[in-house]
Amino acid sequence: MGKDLKGPPSLAGLMYNPQMADSPTSRVSIPRHALLVRATHWISAAAFAALLVTGIEILISHPRFYWGEAGNVRMTPLFQFPVPSSRSSVPTGYRYVLPDQNGWSRYLHFQSAWLVVLTGLLYVAWGMAAGHFRGNLVPKRGSVSWDAIAAHLRFRRPGPEEAWVYNPVQRIAYLLVIFVLFPLVVWTGLAMSPGFVSALPAAVTLLGGQQSARTLHLFVSAVLVLFALVHVAMVILAGFRCRVGAMITGRAASSMEDA
Amino acid sequence: MSKLSRRQMIGAGLGISGLAAAAKLATRYGLVPPDSGGLYGPGETLTYATQRLLTRHSLAREFDRSQVSKHPFANPVDPLGDAFQRSQTGGFTEWRVTVDGMVANPASFSVADLRLMPARSQITSVQCEEGWNYIAEWIGVPLAHVLDAVGALPQARYVVYRSFQPDWWESMDMADALHPQTIVAYGMNGGELPVGFGGPLRLRVPRQLGYKSVKYIVRLTVTDNLKKFGKGLGSSSPEGGYAWYAGI
Repeated sequence: MGKDLKGPPSLAGLMYNPQMADSPTSRVSIPRHALLVRATHWISAAAFAALLVTGIEILISHPRFYWGEAGNVRMTPLFQFPVPSSRSSVPTGYRYVLPDQNGWSRYLHFQSAWLVVLTGLLYVAWGMAAGHFRGNLVPKRGSVSWDAIAAHLRFRRPGPEEAWVYNPVQRIAYLLVIFVLFPLVVWTGLAMSPGFVSALPAAVTLLGGQQSARTLHLFVSAVLVLFALVHVAMVILAGFRCRVGAMITGRAASSMEDA
Repeated sequence: MSKLSRRQMIGAGLGISGLAAAAKLATRYGLVPPDSGGLYGPGETLTYATQRLLTRHSLAREFDRSQVSKHPFANPVDPLGDAFQRSQTGGFTEWRVTVDGMVANPASFSVADLRLMPARSQITSVQCEEGWNYIAEWIGVPLAHVLDAVGALPQARYVVYRSFQPDWWESMDMADALHPQTIVAYGMNGGELPVGFGGPLRLRVPRQLGYKSVKYIVRLTVTDNLKKFGKGLGSSSPEGGYAWYAGI
């Protein structure tokens, strides 16, 4: 029994640690992403894709948006998407009605929401315990400059050193997604649930009402989609194969800068 | 690929038996919805179980009279047919709602009978799964009172409710059936309940989406088992691809 006393492996051991670089005998690569980061990344990506597709399906059953507590086809919308609808009761200007896909879309939307919320909670709990946010995502003091932000916004090709560490703009974007946009999209989503708000009415009144919550849910989702598009664009710019490879295998080849 | 360590094996074993125990407890305490089978069962069960644990007694939001929608909207329904027309022409005096199943004294009530019972008036939102809603004042008799009047048996677990329209039926658990805001509504915004909005009788379940508030109620059946009804999924909604529990 005595030799089993070394205790559970430390969570910090899962973190990116340059000292864990491979021995010279193996292919030259160093650990880039912890297993938990990779697993939660891909689960969240899949759930996000499902939420987006089903969200659009649900939206087209009523592509009108309102502000306040109430809104329906007899009331003036804040704005309306110029798309056909899956309901004949919605005046769209189109002479046809799309097939109703709301049943499975709603089932899948909520199941994916559960998946991404539970995955997100696991990721945040681990990130706090393992020092992932402090070590890898909070920008280093003095590293955030207008030049860096401007360079990022011009889609400048990331330098080789950025294969190992996140650049300051990347760090801010990821932290915003994790700690601002993600909680907001969950909140605005839950604020539309009649069961949830019966227990916590402030969840919807603070947002300005039932229809405001729905409109804000759309806006926050749109910002998340924008993030996802820029994120994928930057990955392609930096070298799609090696960056995606690093997020799958956890290893970044040292020749990454040539990829 | 590394071999599974003993610790991992024990962990996995504990995880699986933990899940099995949780499933057993959830079934026992009525936390599993009737449409829990299939691809989307896990999500539906999580939603229903969580809401039942956290919101069993919570009240749906009620609004100020100034917030009542000036332009309420009701989704059109399929043609109601000649029998309904005749009933409407007669002022719905012949309309009956039958209460049967696990009750001591099965009975049927006219709209006038229901009006003699204690009334509840509430200003709540009707929220459609499509995304729109309206706020209206609803007047009716709490379903709990009707169930009390017929002597619903203690082993009752669900109330199945049916529309005059064939194949339109729903069910709810006792948490919703006995909830003070669940009413058999006969009035709206100070007048009689218009036919477009479900008159003469509509079941209002304000903690769930509009499709649970079935229009043209003709029958309530108290039961302890939803498997005996339709395809056993709890209501016509899951048979058409929609979730049985619509608290979300």
